[in-house]
Amino acid sequence: MSQKSTIIWLQGLTCNGNSHSFFNYPQMPSFAASFEMLYHPLLCGAEDFLSLLKSDTKFDFLILEGALSHDERLIERFGIAFYEILDVLAARAKHIICAGSCASFGGVFRLRDPQKITGALFCGKEKGGYWLEKANVINISGCPVHPRWLVETLLALHVGEKVLLDDFLRPKEVFSYLVHHGCLRNEYFEWKVDSQQLGEREGCLFYEHGCVGPMSHANCNKILWNGVSSKTRAGSPCLGCTEFDFPRVALYETQKNMSLPQTPFGISKRAYYSLAGVAKSFKIERLEKKLIDENH
Amino acid sequence: MDKKLRKSEKILDAALMLFSTRGFYATTIPDIAKAMGMSVGNMYNYFSSKEMLAKEIIKYSSDILGAEIRRVNEEEGNTKEKIRKIVAVYFEMASSKPQHINYFLRVYLANKEVFKDGCEGMLCVSSFVTELMIFFEEGVACGELRNQDFFSAFGLFMGYLGGFVFLSGEGVLEKDLNHYVDEIALNIYNALKH
Repeated sequence: MSQKSTIIWLQGLTCNGNSHSFFNYPQMPSFAASFEMLYHPLLCGAEDFLSLLKSDTKFDFLILEGALSHDERLIERFGIAFYEILDVLAARAKHIICAGSCASFGGVFRLRDPQKITGALFCGKEKGGYWLEKANVINISGCPVHPRWLVETLLALHVGEKVLLDDFLRPKEVFSYLVHHGCLRNEYFEWKVDSQQLGEREGCLFYEHGCVGPMSHANCNKILWNGVSSKTRAGSPCLGCTEFDFPRVALYETQKNMSLPQTPFGISKRAYYSLAGVAKSFKIERLEKKLIDENH
Repeated sequence: MDKKLRKSEKILDAALMLFSTRGFYATTIPDIAKAMGMSVGNMYNYFSSKEMLAKEIIKYSSDILGAEIRRVNEEEGNTKEKIRKIVAVYFEMASSKPQHINYFLRVYLANKEVFKDGCEGMLCVSSFVTELMIFFEEGVACGELRNQDFFSAFGLFMGYLGGFVFLSGEGVLEKDLNHYVDEIALNIYNALKH
């Protein structure tokens, strides 16, 4: 590849989680061969930043981490109001990449004051965030963002590929999938066998433990985390961290109306309740047992 | 609908009438064949046993009542109005086609041994129960009904209606079923509302 793409990483209101997730990218040398990080707040100092800010150099990627606000009392960097910094850098960036759910939708910070704290183009599911409109924004939601989602999107753009986006401006390559796809508990979901407790191998976490894998867009169970596991594989529910409404309240409880959970994404209530009612009518002994029984 | 299917439905209707009035065990396949004007041998071309016929009938009745409730579910209107409509639909069916409700109460619920293989749980009544699920879920979602266990609400609603139709069938009610629609609908609404 001839020329490296340049990146400025800017943090709004954040816990650093997306930065840490990114640093866990296992093929970092390969990433570094194609990209140059002009500034990252955990790697560089004020001097680097201020000289970049003052220059009029154009760059390829402005990566935003954290929720955004126009209110200078809420957020500033190096004694400069955050909105001044963001407006200057956004005007010089070819692409703006929101890394994580806070930059995409406002995330947990939005809950404090949704009027003032938002994502770049969204406030939850509503359009209109820090900006009302902007053509070059891509949301890569997640809490945190998966390093591969971020790097592979950057690489696609770097080599000039078109990145198809969904209605929330998320790359379809990642967010067309549901967390349910590839979940090892699918057979338990099919036959409506609940998990008794968190952390065990057996059972589905959808009915009691708050799992929203069937309605959350992400390929976690396809590419896994750190290449080895996922929340649902480890016996913890999917918390829906890639969705606009993250975080919901009572994450580890399934929200039900008259015992009836929300239906999987794109499945009608009539279809789902009919099928679930039928499946529940049978007791499948194999699925009631431990997967690995020490006594047999 | 093809000819065989139409004939099957007529057999279901005839058997439903006999089972719901005489009872499952007191009705024989020859009785049903006679009511249909068919030979006993020909009957078996349609249904291989009396038990299988019984299971098909409960699905058939459940589909008919389910379709009525689905119509209510898909109409505009608030939950209170829908409760009234469901009560009215149920009582109307109990009055004009009492065989369906009687079959449910007097054959399906009273002879579970006939239905144990093939009608486990809600299997044969799912088209009706599913509509009630949708009704309750939407009632809670729009804030009109109190969130509670599905079967607590289902039992209150359908137990009440079934019991009332049973009383009507026993001839102990002074008035026609339709007379009670408003009062019963209000009782159900008051019991389930938020």
